[in-house]
Amino acid sequence: MDFLRPASWDEALAAKAEHPTAVPIAGGTDVMVEINFDHRRPEYLLDLNRIGDLYEWEVGADTVRLGASVPYTRIMEHLRAELPGLALASHTVASPQIRNRGGVGGNLGTASPAGDAHPALLAAGAEVEAESVRGTRLIPIDDFYTGVKRNALAADELIRAVRIKKADGPQQFSKVGTRNAMVIAVCAFGLALHPETRTVRTGIGSAAPTPVRARTAEDFLNAALDEGGFWDNGKAVTPSVAKRFADLCAAACNPIDDVRGTASYRRHAVGVMARRTLTWTWESYRGARRTTEGAA
Amino acid sequence: MRVTFTVNGRPQEADDVWEGESLLYVLRERLGLPGSKNACEQGECGSCTVRLDGVPVCACLVAAGQVEGREVVTVEGLADHAEQRSGEAPARGTSLDGARRRQANGTGARTGEGTGLSPVQQAFIDAGAVQCGFCTPGLLVAADEMLERNPDPTDADIREALSGNLCRCTGYEKIMDAVRLAAARQSEGV
Amino acid sequence: MPNGAPTKITQGTPTKGGIGESTLRPDGILKVTGEFAYASDMWHEDMLWGQILRSTVAHAEIVSIDTSEALAIPGVHAVLTYDDLPADVKHYGLEIQDTPVLAHGKVRHHGEPVAVIAADHPETARRAAAKIKVDYRELPVITDEASATAPDALLVHENRTDSHIGHVAHPNIVHRQPIVRGDVTEAAKKADVVVAGDYTFGMQDQAFLGPESGLAVPEEDGGVHLYVATQWLHSDLRQIAPVLGLPEDKVRMTLSGVGGAFGGREDLSMQIHACLLALRTGRPVKIVYNRFESFFGHVHRHPARLHYEHGATKDGKLTHVKCRIVLDGGAYASASPAVVGNAASLGIGPYAVDDVEIEAVALYTNNPPCGAMRGFGAVQACFAYEAQMDKVADRLGMDRVEFRQLNAMEQGTVMPTGQRVDSPAPVAELLRRVKAMPMPPERQWESSEGADVRQLPGGLSNTTHGEGVVRGVGYAVGIKNVGFSEGFDDYSTAKVRMEVVGGRPVATVHTAMAEVGQGGVTVHAQIARTELGVAQVTIHPADTQVGSAGSTSASRQTYVTGGAVKNACELVRERVLELGRRRFGTYHPAWATAELLLEGGKVVTDGGEVLADLVDVLEGEAVEVEAEWRHRPTEPFDLRTGQGNGHVQYSFAAHRAVVEVDTELGLVKVVELACAQDVGKALNPLSVVGQIQGGTTQGLGIAVMEEIIVDPRTAKVRNPSFTDYLIPTILDTPTIPVDVLELADDHAPYGLRGVGEAPTLSSTPAVLAAIRDATGLELNRTPVRPEHLTGTA
Repeated sequence: MDFLRPASWDEALAAKAEHPTAVPIAGGTDVMVEINFDHRRPEYLLDLNRIGDLYEWEVGADTVRLGASVPYTRIMEHLRAELPGLALASHTVASPQIRNRGGVGGNLGTASPAGDAHPALLAAGAEVEAESVRGTRLIPIDDFYTGVKRNALAADELIRAVRIKKADGPQQFSKVGTRNAMVIAVCAFGLALHPETRTVRTGIGSAAPTPVRARTAEDFLNAALDEGGFWDNGKAVTPSVAKRFADLCAAACNPIDDVRGTASYRRHAVGVMARRTLTWTWESYRGARRTTEGAA
Repeated sequence: MRVTFTVNGRPQEADDVWEGESLLYVLRERLGLPGSKNACEQGECGSCTVRLDGVPVCACLVAAGQVEGREVVTVEGLADHAEQRSGEAPARGTSLDGARRRQANGTGARTGEGTGLSPVQQAFIDAGAVQCGFCTPGLLVAADEMLERNPDPTDADIREALSGNLCRCTGYEKIMDAVRLAAARQSEGV
Repeated sequence: MPNGAPTKITQGTPTKGGIGESTLRPDGILKVTGEFAYASDMWHEDMLWGQILRSTVAHAEIVSIDTSEALAIPGVHAVLTYDDLPADVKHYGLEIQDTPVLAHGKVRHHGEPVAVIAADHPETARRAAAKIKVDYRELPVITDEASATAPDALLVHENRTDSHIGHVAHPNIVHRQPIVRGDVTEAAKKADVVVAGDYTFGMQDQAFLGPESGLAVPEEDGGVHLYVATQWLHSDLRQIAPVLGLPEDKVRMTLSGVGGAFGGREDLSMQIHACLLALRTGRPVKIVYNRFESFFGHVHRHPARLHYEHGATKDGKLTHVKCRIVLDGGAYASASPAVVGNAASLGIGPYAVDDVEIEAVALYTNNPPCGAMRGFGAVQACFAYEAQMDKVADRLGMDRVEFRQLNAMEQGTVMPTGQRVDSPAPVAELLRRVKAMPMPPERQWESSEGADVRQLPGGLSNTTHGEGVVRGVGYAVGIKNVGFSEGFDDYSTAKVRMEVVGGRPVATVHTAMAEVGQGGVTVHAQIARTELGVAQVTIHPADTQVGSAGSTSASRQTYVTGGAVKNACELVRERVLELGRRRFGTYHPAWATAELLLEGGKVVTDGGEVLADLVDVLEGEAVEVEAEWRHRPTEPFDLRTGQGNGHVQYSFAAHRAVVEVDTELGLVKVVELACAQDVGKALNPLSVVGQIQGGTTQGLGIAVMEEIIVDPRTAKVRNPSFTDYLIPTILDTPTIPVDVLELADDHAPYGLRGVGEAPTLSSTPAVLAAIRDATGLELNRTPVRPEHLTGTA
């Protein structure tokens, strides 16, 4: 095993080009477990800790460019307003110690269906900024996950940052685990209201081979909200709409039975979380509208 | 490979480090600092919690090569770390006073009578928060860091801050007592 | 001496620090500074690392093992298999020596040791292990009672010669213990209601945090010195020496720091392997399991299937109880026979019932071996009989607590074994106390800023802001024996020395007691202070240079080794007074006539008059006594009727659980787990409460999350990690108010009662009862998972 310690991003890209099998290690919260338990013996470890750029973020007009290694703790503390869904998801990641080390780049690189960031990124809308010595490309989050623990990165590419749409409405994130802290998702659900486009986006974690959106559910809800004039009249979402939405979210799952939970439970739980997060976000949206109207 | 870094304020160097070794292994097996514990080696138990450039992390998940040039504080350095902190705080007297206090209290570590401990270490002993003690070093580092950030924590804050540290012996009640005690003593400036 | 070899711990205290006080741990400072040396912290110049190659399948014939490639790796110093074992004895075991040191021709469970390696770095050792070629021919797996006792079932162990084979119906049954008392058939006719139920109890892991570890150092005399974390040095020694082909005096053992045990260190793990490698290579060898290996490195709590039938009259008196308890012992016997005895004899719980029929069996299967864990056979039964008690009360329309109190045993009650309980048994009182404790406030998760998710089911995962959350309350009470039972010669040895050091009298207590975190060292020092009147007590490291202290299990160390320390102190005191009489007897008549005590470093009369300073009495002489001490003898249970005075003491705890359940998602938050327990006499109140809270939390774990999941098709463990075997975090654990009752047992030292295990029994059924109360579901298995609460299992 060789330990590569690039001092800059360019050096890191060069190293990855030279050694495409090199395994990037940043927070180490996935890679080191696999090494400690003898599950993996990569030829090269490519340490990204010395590359300061990866720990920075920029808040732009429409998006946040989040460095791949920004720890979850920083996201929780500093980006709650811009990225509320991801901030909530970050808070559910493992433990404080892990949140101090792990970042979204690692979640994306590992591309485990159970990664906590995925549902929030899917719901918010994001692009993965992948870079190699050949250049930079932006991979839409919807196209990023290609299979169980597989993603759209080329062998010579590294994740530089994620460009996440700034919230234009309420966002929520829920995750079910069989413990009240420090737990891997049995399944998870992210939901974002986008009042500017009058759309709702979702993300489901750990209930299919890859993180997925519940597109049919989104389409149904978008149409139902539109038809009922909900975005304008600020009425509560009717229980039948919420239930149908929840059922369609559950139907979007393609889960397995494993030691963490049954497929049947995962479907059920995704439905419950979908209904609850819709209620929470919609009530928040209504509350904000009332406040705005009251002020006006 | 060679790894050079600072542990508890002292420069350290480890040679012939295998590239897959963790910071935890280097501390325990190469530097003679076994205080950080090896309970799970998968980031689930917090027994190996150390401060890496001030931030609490699981030493088992930091590759040895990643600490090159960085600063680590382990449980072995916790008392000094806490003392320096209180020395720096304007309301708490000078660091010279701190040093005098330490000297005055400094009987041998094996006597069972207290000395040169950080407030949170003393509180763990006093509150009965130590049984087998294997989780204790990690909990102390995590609790000390929380009290540094949040000197007046609610119970829910304490539980959240320590949710990455498993204890199998105590049922956590005495640990809660200990952290509350440390916070109270800290606020009294004791 | 290697780094980390334990040294003496001396504790001096300005206070009296005797029994009844909450003195602090003598090892506390070492433990908070990181200086306390656990087994995995040991280090020796030139040491090698040991590694175990374990079977990847559960049941197979070993066709061949090829170690040549592994041996060729630079840095590898030894690779050993069964064929390399040096002595005629090649098996070990606590009671039945059925466990091969290394697999011989066959593996019987997933993760069984097949070969051991010594190398200069753990990674070298791992790479070598990966190069060993083992050719397995897989066999069908035996995983449950049906497959174990089928007429054509393969035998897990052929040619059994142990003492139980004569009374079991099938060689795949380790041991069977029936208990028959009264006439159940006749009694059942008086029952107005009869309730039957089937229950399942999952496999729990001790999950002590300090993994199995040790360092074996070869010695010049051809022997070996083993520094190890264990529960019973002398039991280890008895099993290790024959396999090494060494007399016991050439195998020296010293206890290193133990990071928890809970029963999981009663059996050997790496001990023999490390010694074999050290003797073969002539170098010190350290073995440290990681968490993955730890799940294969020790026995677990027996999973169980239980069938119960309870009958009662309409005025609430139990008429009879019938039960059958099937424990899965896995591939090797370990402590299964004794666990069966406990499950049977404590099978109906702390209730007075005249007509009883009980059967408990343990199976041999290809599942992971199971043995001792805190609560030892009484835990599984308590989960089932307490569920039954609720059901019967409900059928009768009675209050669940009152129904228990109406049937509660008390001092004088005759157990199903025919044993009359001859010390306080305040079962009804404990229930009354735990019920009387104030309830936690409703909706405590609500704050001015909305719901605090940390206090709701799901916690930080943000699954509910109050939706679907229903509160439930449940009660349970349990009974556990203290000390080793069934005629076992359960004794401890203590060596106590008194001398003057630095102008002060100092007592040194030397036992082989394994301090595993429970605080035995604290209590033993307190006993010495009380008995010898000295402030300063030194606790000598535990080793085999002194006689056996028995096991740190069965809640017995304060009782039995504490009893031995008390006894040795009394003998030392006699000798000291003897010295005093010789030296000063002529100066004061009280030396001859008065009752004399040692207090505050002085010899005093019972009237408080000071006769002499201990420093002067001892005058440079050291007084030392080593003596054994035993509790009252017990008897084996009759193999047909289960009758016999099998236990020496019983302990009791009651719990009230308050839970909040997210009924839609099936997630549980335990809000409070109150406990009332009788401890006879609290030698150290702080430690007593700590034990109760810790035991309570382990019971909570098995109620809602902890389970080793074994694939029934392959008998392979599916979740050997802390990622998927979950134990409670601080956010899963509620406040645990404790009400300690002290009703002395006149047969025990100071009237004390073993503390550690009873709280593990009743907390599980209390939590389950509370979840049933919240959900209305029947819930006949534990742990209860979200699937069971949402109909999606």
